[in-house]
Amino acid sequence: MRPALSVVLLTTLIGAGQGLFLALFTVQSYALVGLLPPIAGAAFYLQGSVIALALLAGGLVASFFHLGRPERAWRSAMQWRTSWLSREVIVLPAFMAAVSLYAAAHGLGWTQAVVVLPPGLPIDASVLAGALGTALAFALFVCTGMIYACLRFLAEWHTPLTPLNYILLGGASGFTLAAGLAALSMPTLVGFLSGWAILITLLAAIGRIASLWRNARLTPRSTVQSALGVKHPAVVQRSQGFVGRSFNTREFFHGAPVRRLRLAKHTFLVLAFAVPVLLLAAGRNAASAALMLGAFVVQFGGLLIERWFFFAQARHPQNLYYQAVS
Amino acid sequence: MSRRQLALVIDLNVCVGCHACVTSCKEWNTAGAAGPMADSNPYGADPSGTFFNRVQTFEVGQYPHTETVHFPKSCLHCEDPPCVPVCPTGASYKREEDGIVLVDYDRCIGCKYCAWACPYGAREFDEHDKVMKKCTLCVDRIYDIRMPEADRKPACVKACPTSARIFGDIHDPHSEASRAIRENGGYALMPEWGTQPANHYLPRRTTRIRIHDDELVRSDNPLRVEGHLPKPSADVATLDDASW
Repeated sequence: MRPALSVVLLTTLIGAGQGLFLALFTVQSYALVGLLPPIAGAAFYLQGSVIALALLAGGLVASFFHLGRPERAWRSAMQWRTSWLSREVIVLPAFMAAVSLYAAAHGLGWTQAVVVLPPGLPIDASVLAGALGTALAFALFVCTGMIYACLRFLAEWHTPLTPLNYILLGGASGFTLAAGLAALSMPTLVGFLSGWAILITLLAAIGRIASLWRNARLTPRSTVQSALGVKHPAVVQRSQGFVGRSFNTREFFHGAPVRRLRLAKHTFLVLAFAVPVLLLAAGRNAASAALMLGAFVVQFGGLLIERWFFFAQARHPQNLYYQAVS
Repeated sequence: MSRRQLALVIDLNVCVGCHACVTSCKEWNTAGAAGPMADSNPYGADPSGTFFNRVQTFEVGQYPHTETVHFPKSCLHCEDPPCVPVCPTGASYKREEDGIVLVDYDRCIGCKYCAWACPYGAREFDEHDKVMKKCTLCVDRIYDIRMPEADRKPACVKACPTSARIFGDIHDPHSEASRAIRENGGYALMPEWGTQPANHYLPRRTTRIRIHDDELVRSDNPLRVEGHLPKPSADVATLDDASW
């Protein structure tokens, strides 16, 4: 497939936004049950959720550039019963609304307990918004992943590893960003958040390497024989019926040489996983915001390449019909 | 499953790869109610355009034992179309009454997800209208009562000089299309995905005549020289001499 910049940006930006929000609410939940010392003030949460919202909005804007008719985008919420894309279109704004509520709850100081749970846990509006946002963040990861995983003849995507990796990769970049923000404004959380960021980045590396390992061993189910219904072992295309270009020759071919594909794979393995883990570990010891934020920048760049590779690697069976111009 | 299922049956044994179906399809549909199927740079160095139908050519076997297969390809109007459920707007749909898979060009947002979901590459994005387009089985033609009944067929079927394209309802066992599939080994493309394409293809068929040696020589050939047979001698009784 040809990677579209709009979709690469959409999936990486909202992934980081979701991960960052999950990191914020993880901190709040831990502090709520006393596993972390109470966080003084709401500035950290407010700052973090505004940045998460900005990332989500950036992804949403990018997604419009993928549409031929963006003015009709509202129609895409219609078929949520069957289409994962439609579900994503519903869940993304819902999640943004939950993050806005979460930001408002912290920013406006809605701290009166709405309900007190048995062991004496005060549940205020921010906790409710956070719990709702967490559910929606995971729902959004699943929707994004399933858009690709549900296409059964794109074998590289048709695996539970696809939604799992969207969760892990988005989570990794979000927690790394949260660690960077903590290094700037909330140094007491640096150890906690960078620990999580390193753990999730390592898990994401395992998940992504597992999918690379799986994809390297796939044999395409469709062959030129099944595409034509001709059973002879030697079938070659002599003409695709036109010498110009068409949608079919543009959309489904990345056009990059195998060498560049391999380079992209090795680059993202280094930039999205190896370097960020080292930078996070170094930043954790040196308590350096520059190292932490550098880890996020490098990781996000690595994830852009990872997403490019994710699309480029998928081999669409329609390409069997477009093997030779003439 | 829709009650009727209109479809094309394409006879690869007959197709000569003349592209008449391609040009007549483009001609009819670019002038049709759905608006032009615009081309970019049609006479320039790098032309690109939207077509509902393409004819491709494949070579089967190894020289000198090769065979050329001309392969017309358009939307197969699958009975279980994978492109329909993925559409976020409902612009892509399959008609209950005749099984034609259509795109509502006024509702399509041009996200191209349906094209990703079609294993056959049957859908083409129109770079001018910015919506997804595909074969309509000439839905604006086959029901047009102002046309003579013989013309109420897809433009490609009307254009084919060798009658390689048969149009009909494949759920009606007595239709010409069903009979062609049944009697000539009609098959579906990429059956491994379970899409149940409505369009079928008839395979290339080789007709061989088996001739035995004795068929080359007429046993009652009047020109044969009788002398080749041993003559009975005069003193031996013949059947005529028998006295029973």
